[in-house]
Amino acid sequence: MNNPLYDNNNYPFYVTLHQVVEEFHLEPIINYEQNRSKKVFSADVNRPGLQIIGFFDYFDNTRLQIIGKVETTYLSNMTSEQRYISFEMLFSKNIPAVIVTRGLDIFPEMIEAAKKYNTPVLRTQDTTSRFMSALIGYLNVCLAPRVTQHGVLVEVYGEGVLILAESGVGKSETAIELVKRGHRLVADDAVEIKKVSEKTLVGSAPEIIRHFIEIRGIGIIDVKKIFGMGAVKDSERIDMIIHLELWQEDKHYDRLGLVDEYTNLLGIDVPSLTIPVRPGRNLAVIVEVAAMNNRQKKMGYNAAEELNQRLMEEINRRSI
Amino acid sequence: MISREVVVQNQVGLHARPATFFIQKANEFKSSIWVKKGERKVNAKSLLGVLSLGISKGTEITIIADGVDEEIAIEAMVKLINSNFEE
Repeated sequence: MNNPLYDNNNYPFYVTLHQVVEEFHLEPIINYEQNRSKKVFSADVNRPGLQIIGFFDYFDNTRLQIIGKVETTYLSNMTSEQRYISFEMLFSKNIPAVIVTRGLDIFPEMIEAAKKYNTPVLRTQDTTSRFMSALIGYLNVCLAPRVTQHGVLVEVYGEGVLILAESGVGKSETAIELVKRGHRLVADDAVEIKKVSEKTLVGSAPEIIRHFIEIRGIGIIDVKKIFGMGAVKDSERIDMIIHLELWQEDKHYDRLGLVDEYTNLLGIDVPSLTIPVRPGRNLAVIVEVAAMNNRQKKMGYNAAEELNQRLMEEINRRSI
Repeated sequence: MISREVVVQNQVGLHARPATFFIQKANEFKSSIWVKKGERKVNAKSLLGVLSLGISKGTEITIIADGVDEEIAIEAMVKLINSNFEE
């Protein structure tokens, strides 16, 4: 698909320390206030077990550093001077912040080293592994690669369907009819898509235009006000993509559905269909059927394959 | 594909009415046209898309055009913005 909008516009996304502190209710120990707007760019975190004994090969200083029970126990067996040296080495690397878990006591040497390098130290009451997995999950969502697509995102029978088409083909009209039939609108015109994991894309609407839709001839309507709470959703996983295009007489459209097609979005192959549009063709029903068919395929049944199988059996029977 | 940076100068920014002039102009061209503000890029032919950027006075935006009439398109879009949407 040769559309510049499919570019993975690789922007350095970040989350501020303040956002992390608010999300996890972290307790500021030192140097937090002046570093609230410090940016975290890495979704990975590090437990500096090897670093406190002086091993810094492959050390990534963009990561948040998590100090838990093991590190603390090891450090408490050191002399005060050794401990200070350990912390000094770690803090001198210009790390974004250190987070101590389990509500463990803070070593005075850590405070000293933190003061020297103006590194924030924070604390959580949570256990280390639980906190780390929650933190990594949160950072992955916040720092996810993203792209804005011109299209419509609807949730149809629980499937997130991204409808893409040129202006004026009838995306919004299809969306409004789907809403009328009991499905949900997520975004119209501009869909913000985030790659939250290696398998998952999640779409939502930009805050300003959320739940608004534009219908030629009527203008802008508020779907939430007209159709109610049940007609909208804030975000949805993208399960399939439907390309709508004006029917081209000379183009060959899929008649069987034996071959699965995919559209690549942010590096993920999403199952996709191209549906030709002709005046009078009821697109909402077609989208509904496409969503159900996609669901059925995911559950292991492919109607085209089933038909083919029956046909083959019949042919084999006759040729005996 | 060509692009041009431009600063929106009209008093209230790209609110609903100027935005309609903007998309009407964009729709006159065959080329695909986009507006980019910061990290976000939207279709210049889509009203809600353009409005979603929340472009205020003094905002620098990039107009991107790709297609057979990209040169005239970008010229016309920039002219419209620089005229403060006096149409």
